[in-house]
Amino acid sequence: MSSATGTSMTIAVTGLNANDNPGPGVAVARALKEAFGTSIKIIGLAYEALEPGIYMKSIIDCTYQVPYAADGSAALLKRLLEINEQERLNLIIPNFDAELLNFIKIGPELRLAGIETFLPDAENLAQRDKLNLNNFGALNGFDIPESRQVRDINDLWAAAEALNYPLVIKGRFYEADIVYTFDAAQKAFYRLSSKWGLPVIAQEFINGNEINVAGLGDGKGNLISAIPMRKLYITDKGKAWAGVTIEDADLVVLAERFATATKWKGGFELEIIKSKESRFYIIEINPRFPAWVYLTAVAGQNQPAALVKMSMGEYVAPLTEYAAGKMFVRYSWDGIVDIADFQQFSAFGKI
Amino acid sequence: MKIKKNVATSENGFIFNPATGDSFTSNSIGSEIIEAMKRGESEQEIKSAIMEKYEVSAEQLNRDWEDWILQLKEANLLEA
Repeated sequence: MSSATGTSMTIAVTGLNANDNPGPGVAVARALKEAFGTSIKIIGLAYEALEPGIYMKSIIDCTYQVPYAADGSAALLKRLLEINEQERLNLIIPNFDAELLNFIKIGPELRLAGIETFLPDAENLAQRDKLNLNNFGALNGFDIPESRQVRDINDLWAAAEALNYPLVIKGRFYEADIVYTFDAAQKAFYRLSSKWGLPVIAQEFINGNEINVAGLGDGKGNLISAIPMRKLYITDKGKAWAGVTIEDADLVVLAERFATATKWKGGFELEIIKSKESRFYIIEINPRFPAWVYLTAVAGQNQPAALVKMSMGEYVAPLTEYAAGKMFVRYSWDGIVDIADFQQFSAFGKI
Repeated sequence: MKIKKNVATSENGFIFNPATGDSFTSNSIGSEIIEAMKRGESEQEIKSAIMEKYEVSAEQLNRDWEDWILQLKEANLLEA
C-alpha cells in the first residue's frame, strides 16, 4: 500500500443491513479488514438502529446514524462533515442504490473536506437505471430482456399482452415477482408500487441460469476486476443465499465491455441470465458492490481493497487470475447485544 | 468424445464443472473413467482397463458406456 494506506486510514461504509435482503456494507468492511488489518478503521454509517452491522464490533469499529436519502444531499453533507470532525475520514464507500445520487452530488464538497469517494458520475448512474436499461443495451450492444414501464393497470395489461407470461414485475428500486396470470401481475403491481413507488417495470422472463458478476472499473474505461458467481440457492426475495465462483471468459469479456462502454468508476454488479442457447441477458446492473463481494477476496481479487487503493491515487493493474469453485453459504446468526448499546445508538446516533 | 479439460474431480466421485458451477456425484468407477478421459485415453483403452480390473462382460460394459456418455452430455461435461 501507499503511504496513505500504510498508516492508519479511516473508511466509512453504508449498507450495514446484513439481513435476509442484505446490503453489502458488512461484506465490504470484512474484505477491507482482511486486506489491511489493523491499519484501517471502519466507520459504519447506518440509517436505522437495528442494522446488524452496527453491533458487529470485530468488523465495524464505530457507527454513526445518517439521515435517510429522502432528506436530501444537504442533510447528508452536514451530517458527514460532523462525523468527519470526530473521525477524520479518508474515504466513504456508499453501498445503497438509493443513496448514491446524493453521494455523487456532494462529492466535490467531501473532497474539499479531505474525504474521497470512488463513484460513477450521475449520467452513468442514470444510464444503467432499470428505467433506461433497454436503451442502454441497444446503444451498447448488450442483450437486455424487453421491458415496459408500468404506471397503471392499462399499462400493465398492455405490457402483459406484449411480453406474455411468465412475466417479471419489478419494483422501482428493489424486489421482483415472477407472475403467470394477470391477477398475479396486478397484485405484484400494487404491492411493489406501494412499497417502492412508480413506475413499476414489467420485464420479459428469460429462462436460464442466474449468474452475477461483481466488477470494478477504474473510471478510465478499464476493468480492474470481474468475478462471476453462479447462484446455487435463491431466497424468496431472489437473493443469492449460496453461490460459487465460476470460470467463464465470456462473462469477464461482458464485464469488460460494460466498464469500457461506460468508463465505470467503482464497484458494480451485472445480474445475468444465461439462456439455454448460452446467450447472456443482463437483467439488471447494480451501481455498487454486491452483498456477496467478500467472495471476490476469497477468490483472489479483493475488489473493495482495490477500490481503496485506487481512491488513494495508487495504480492498480487489472486483476486477471481468480479461483473458480469458491463458495459462499450465508447463514443466520443471533448476535447478542446489550440493550444499552441499542439505546446508545437510538438516542445519540453513535456507538 | 472428450471431457472438458477444466472439469474437476475428486477421489470420492465429486465432479465440479467450473464453467457452469454445476456439481455432481458419481461412484468411484465414474471418477476413474473421468480421470482417464481427462488424460486423453481413448474409449477402447478405458474399456479395456475396466474389463481387466472388474468382472464385467463386454456387452454390459458397452451398454453402461452409452448410458454414461449420455449422462456426461446432459451434464454439459463434454467438449462440443
